[in-house]
Amino acid sequence: MLILTCPYCGVAADETELSPGGEAHLHRAGPGSEDASVEAYLYHRSNPKGVHFERWRHAYGCGKWFHSARDTATNDVFGTYPAQVTETPQNILEAIAQRRPGWERPQ
Amino acid sequence: MSRRLETGGLFIDRNAPMGFTFDGKDRGGFGGDTLASALLACGQLVMGRSFKYHRQRGPVSCGAEEPNALVGLGEGGLFEPNARATITPLTEGLRAISQNRWPSLAFDIGAVNAKLSKFLPAGFYYKTFLWPRAFWKHVYEPAIRRSAGLGKPPSQPDADRYEQVNTAADVLIAGGGVAGLAAAMEAGRNGARVILMEQGPRWGGRALIDAPLTGETIDGQPAADWIEMAVDTLETMPNVTMRLHTQVSGVFDHGFALAEERCADAGPAPVRARLWRIRARRIVTAQGAIERPLAFAGNDVPGVMLAGAVRDYAVGYGVAVGERVVVVTAGDDGYRTAIALVEAGLAVPALLDVRRGATGPLVERAQALGIRIEEGRGIAHVSGGQSVTGVSICAQDGPGEVIEEIACDAVAMSGGWSPAVHLWSQAGGKLTWDEGAAMFRPDHARPPTGADGSGFVLPAGGSDGAASTEDALRSGAEAGRLAAEGGVPADLAPPQAAPMPQVWVMPRDAGLALREKMWLDFQNDVKVSDVELAAREGYRSVEHAKRYTTLGMATDQGKLSNIGGLATLGHALGEAIPQVGTTTFRPPWTPIILGSIAGSATGAQFQPVRRTPMQDWHDANGADYEPVGQWRRPYSYPREGEDREAAAQRETRAVREAVGLLDASTLGKIVVKGPDAGRFMDMIYTNMMSNLAVGRCRYGLICNDSGFLMDDGVVARLSEDTWLCHTTTGGAEHIHAHMEEWLQTEWWDWQVYTANLTEQFAQVVVAGPQARKLLDRLGGMDVSREAMPFMSWAEGSLHGFDARVFRISFSGEVSYEVSVRASEGAELWQALLEEGEDLGVTPYGTEAMHILRAEKGYVMIGEESDGTITPQDLNLGWAVSKKKADFIGKRGLTRSHLADPERPRLVGLRSLDGTVIEAGAQVVGPGVTPTGQNATEGRVTSSYHSPTFGHGIAMALIRRGPERLGETVEVTRIGGGRQKAVLVDPVLYDAKGDRLNG
Ligand SMILES: [Zn+2]
Repeated sequence: MLILTCPYCGVAADETELSPGGEAHLHRAGPGSEDASVEAYLYHRSNPKGVHFERWRHAYGCGKWFHSARDTATNDVFGTYPAQVTETPQNILEAIAQRRPGWERPQ
Repeated sequence: MSRRLETGGLFIDRNAPMGFTFDGKDRGGFGGDTLASALLACGQLVMGRSFKYHRQRGPVSCGAEEPNALVGLGEGGLFEPNARATITPLTEGLRAISQNRWPSLAFDIGAVNAKLSKFLPAGFYYKTFLWPRAFWKHVYEPAIRRSAGLGKPPSQPDADRYEQVNTAADVLIAGGGVAGLAAAMEAGRNGARVILMEQGPRWGGRALIDAPLTGETIDGQPAADWIEMAVDTLETMPNVTMRLHTQVSGVFDHGFALAEERCADAGPAPVRARLWRIRARRIVTAQGAIERPLAFAGNDVPGVMLAGAVRDYAVGYGVAVGERVVVVTAGDDGYRTAIALVEAGLAVPALLDVRRGATGPLVERAQALGIRIEEGRGIAHVSGGQSVTGVSICAQDGPGEVIEEIACDAVAMSGGWSPAVHLWSQAGGKLTWDEGAAMFRPDHARPPTGADGSGFVLPAGGSDGAASTEDALRSGAEAGRLAAEGGVPADLAPPQAAPMPQVWVMPRDAGLALREKMWLDFQNDVKVSDVELAAREGYRSVEHAKRYTTLGMATDQGKLSNIGGLATLGHALGEAIPQVGTTTFRPPWTPIILGSIAGSATGAQFQPVRRTPMQDWHDANGADYEPVGQWRRPYSYPREGEDREAAAQRETRAVREAVGLLDASTLGKIVVKGPDAGRFMDMIYTNMMSNLAVGRCRYGLICNDSGFLMDDGVVARLSEDTWLCHTTTGGAEHIHAHMEEWLQTEWWDWQVYTANLTEQFAQVVVAGPQARKLLDRLGGMDVSREAMPFMSWAEGSLHGFDARVFRISFSGEVSYEVSVRASEGAELWQALLEEGEDLGVTPYGTEAMHILRAEKGYVMIGEESDGTITPQDLNLGWAVSKKKADFIGKRGLTRSHLADPERPRLVGLRSLDGTVIEAGAQVVGPGVTPTGQNATEGRVTSSYHSPTFGHGIAMALIRRGPERLGETVEVTRIGGGRQKAVLVDPVLYDAKGDRLNG
C-alpha cells in the first residue's frame, strides 16, 4: 500500500485514502479533433515500467486532485504536485534526473 | 511406533495433563504440546491423506511449513478446516478431525487413485477432461469434486470474534529467534519504536534446542539464559511491543505489513484473532530457515520426517517418532538429530551422509557416541505402508544398487536449509543463488524499496542464510541497529552460510522406477517424474511448470517443495538453478483466517447504512427494503395478506387514481454556484443549462467524454449564479466527484463552487390526481396550474415548513417534489399523511416508482444504461445540444461506432400472451455466432406487470428498434424456451401529456 503526500493539505496519505485517476498530463481532444487524437486521448496510455506520471485524488481527505511521479517497478516516489499544471514542474523533473540519470520522457 | 519418552521435553509441562479428541476418540497430552506432538505421543502417526492419491501421511515437519498434518478443528460455528496440527497449540477439550478421507483415515476409497497413479501423471486434469465436452459437466467435474479438496468448508457462520488494529513502527521485526531478539534489543536501545512478532508460542527459535546439542553459547551464556535475559530486557523497554502467536504474514509497498495474532492460541481471549495493519519505516525479517526434504523413493511414507523436526519432537516435546531412526543427511544438520536421539536413549542404526570426509565438532561428537556413520551413502527406497519398516541403502553416486537393508521405524532426512526469503521477496526484494551453500538468499543490493528509493527490508539470521547461532546473533544485532538508524541492507554484511552439496535426487542416477516414488510436493502429490514429464512436454518456464504439475500450489505454497522442484526442472532442461529462477512469493506467509481479514466488518458493521429523515416511519410501517447504494429504500409497504409485489401493484394504482408519497430524500442534490457556473453547467450537461430561467427546471443528461451516459436528473436554476442538480440516488457521490475532477484538473481557472447537499434536505414526491389538492390543504403556497406550471419551482412556507417545491414528474401524473430541511422531513411526511388521509394518500416504494416510470416510457440510469449506452440509443437525442460548441462527450458521440444506425436502441416490448418477460432476457437474432451459438440482437432492460394496463410491459434495446415497431421477435427464457413479443412505442401512458400537465 503506497504512501503519497498530498501537496495541498500535506498529509502523507495511505493509498486507501486516495482514489486513482490514471495517467496524468493527457490533453483533452474536444470537438474538431482528428479521430486519431480522440482515440489517443480516450484509450492510449503509456503504461511504462519505470517513471510514470499519474493522477490521484485525496478522496478521503481534502478532496483535491494531485499528480505523482512514481517508478512503477520499484515504487520510488520522486514527488507529488498539484494537478493544476499543464506540465511537470521543474523540481520534479530534477528529482527524477537525480535518481534516474539518463531518463528521458517518452514521446 | 511413536511414543512419549519417559523424561525430557523442554516445552511441555508434565504436570498439566490435557484431554482432547481426534476423530472422536479420547486422547491425552500435556500443556505446551502441539496437536501433532500430542498425537505422536499417543502413537497416532497418520494424521491425514494427500490431495490426489489419498496416500496416508504423517507429519513431515514440526512447524508452519507442514504439508501433511492438516486437520479440522472445533465444531459448528467454531469449525476451522485445514489447520496445521504442527502449530496448533493443544488446549483442554480440543476437538480435531482428520480430512480428505472417506469413510475413515485408516481406510479410504479415494486411495484407489494411488493404484492408478500411472494413469494420473502431471497435467492429467488438462489432458483427460477436454473431451467430450458434455462429460466434463456431468461426469468428470462431480467425480473430481467429491474426491478432491482438502477440508470441508464450515457449514455455519463463524461464531468467533475478530478485530483489527492500525499502528506504525520505526522497526518491525518478523521472527523472535536469536536474530530477532538481538535486532529488537539493538533497535530498542537506539530509541526506535519497535514491534517484535513471533509466530510460535515462545521466544528463542531453534537455539533452545540446537545450541545445547553442540555446546554453543550466546554471548558466553547458555542459550536459554541469554534468551531469558533478552526477553526480560525487552520487556522493560517502553518503546518495544512484543507479541507471541503472531505471524507477520505479508510485506507490501512502502513498508506496509500485515500480521495476524492468534489471541486464542495463548488461552481464552475475547477475540480469536487480531489483524495488525502496520506501517513500518524498516522491517527486519528474521523468520529463520526451512529444512529441505530429500527426494528418495518412498520419502512420503509416514515416519519419514525432516531431521530438525525429529529432534524438535524428541528434545522439545519428549516424543520419540520411532525407536530406531535412520538419519540421512546432505550436511551437518543430520548429525544434530542423531546426537539428540542417542542422548534421548533411542537407537540410530545408521547415519547416512552423502558426503565423504566430513569433519567438525558435530561429526566428532557423533563418532564419540558410537553412531555408525556411512559416508557417500543414501537411501534407495523406504519400505513400509502405514509406517516405515526399513530402508535400503545405496551409494549416492550411482543408480541405486542396494547395499544393505536396515530395519527401522522412522527416517530423519536433511537436505540442507533454505532461508525463509518470503517476506523479503513479497515486496520486490531480489534473490541471489549461492552455489556453495546451495540456497537462494536475499541480494542485499536489490531490496524492496520505499518511497524514497531506499531498501526498507533488512534480512537477519537464518532468513539471511546464517548457519550458526553466533552469526545469527551478530547479523540480528547489526540489522536492528541499521534499521533503527534508517539504514539500508546494502550496508549489512550477509552472514556466513554453511557449505552444502547439491543433492536433489537420491541416488544421483536413479531410474524412472525410483523417480516415480520420490515426492517433491507432499500435499499435492507431485513427484520428481511429474516435473520431468512437464519439462519433456515443453514447459520451460518455472511458472508454467508449477501450474501444470500443481507443484507448490497447495496450502503450504511449496515451502518444502519449491527448491527441489526448481532443481529437478533445471536438471531436466539442462539449465542451472539461477537460470530457472524461482516462482513468485506471495502473501500470506502462512494462511490467515478469513475472519481476521473481515475483522469486525460483518453483519450490521459490514458497511454503514444511510438513513433518510423518514426512515423511522418506514421501519414502523412495514417497509420491505431494497439496497440502493448505501441506502435502504422501501421497495414497497406490504399490508396484511400482501406480498411485496402485490403491494407495489396497489401503490401504483393509488398514484394513478389518488395520490402517492415517495421518500425521494436519497436523490442527489448538488449545488453549482459562481460567476462561471453557467458555463460550467453547459460543459457538464449535454443540453443547454446556462439559459435556464430562474424559477424553471430542465431535465438534463450527463455523459463522460467518451459520449456514454453517466446520469440524468432535473436541474433547477435557483438564482442568477446558482443551479441545483438532482442526480440519481446512486449517482450523487460520483457525479459530484466528476464535476470536481473537471473543475480541478481542466478548468481550474473557472470560478465555480460545488457542494453535495444530498443529506441536507428531505424530499417527498407528492404525485397523482389529488396531489394539488393535498398541497393546497397543507397551505401557504400557491401550487395552482397557473402559478406553478410543469417544470417550474417555487420557494415558500408550506404548512409552516420552509420549502422548495418543484413541479416535476417521474410518474406521468401531476407531481410535486417538496424539499425541506432534513430535520423537518419526518414532520412533513406525517403532515402529508394526515392531511391526505381521506384523499387516499398512499406511501409508495421504489417498485411502484419503477412501474410508473416504465408505463410512461421514462428511462432509468443503470437499467436502460450500463456505461456503453448513448443518449441517442435511448431516443434522448433531443436532450443533446447541437448548438453548443463543446460539452463533455460532444466529440466522443461523433465517433463512427456510436453513430452506427445498427446500434441497439430503445423500444417498448409486449409479450404476445401478455405475461411478464424476464428482465435481462436476450432478444434472439437471425443466424448463429462464429462459435455456433444463437445470435442475439438486443436485450430486455426493464420488465414489470402493469396494473394500469393489466399486462406485462417491458423496455428493450434492440438493433434499429424504433424503425421496427410492430415487428414480432423471440426473447429467451431462463431454463430454456422462447417467448414471442412485439416491438411497441415505449411511451404507453398519456403520450400527449394531458395528465402530466393537468
Ligand atoms: Zn489532501
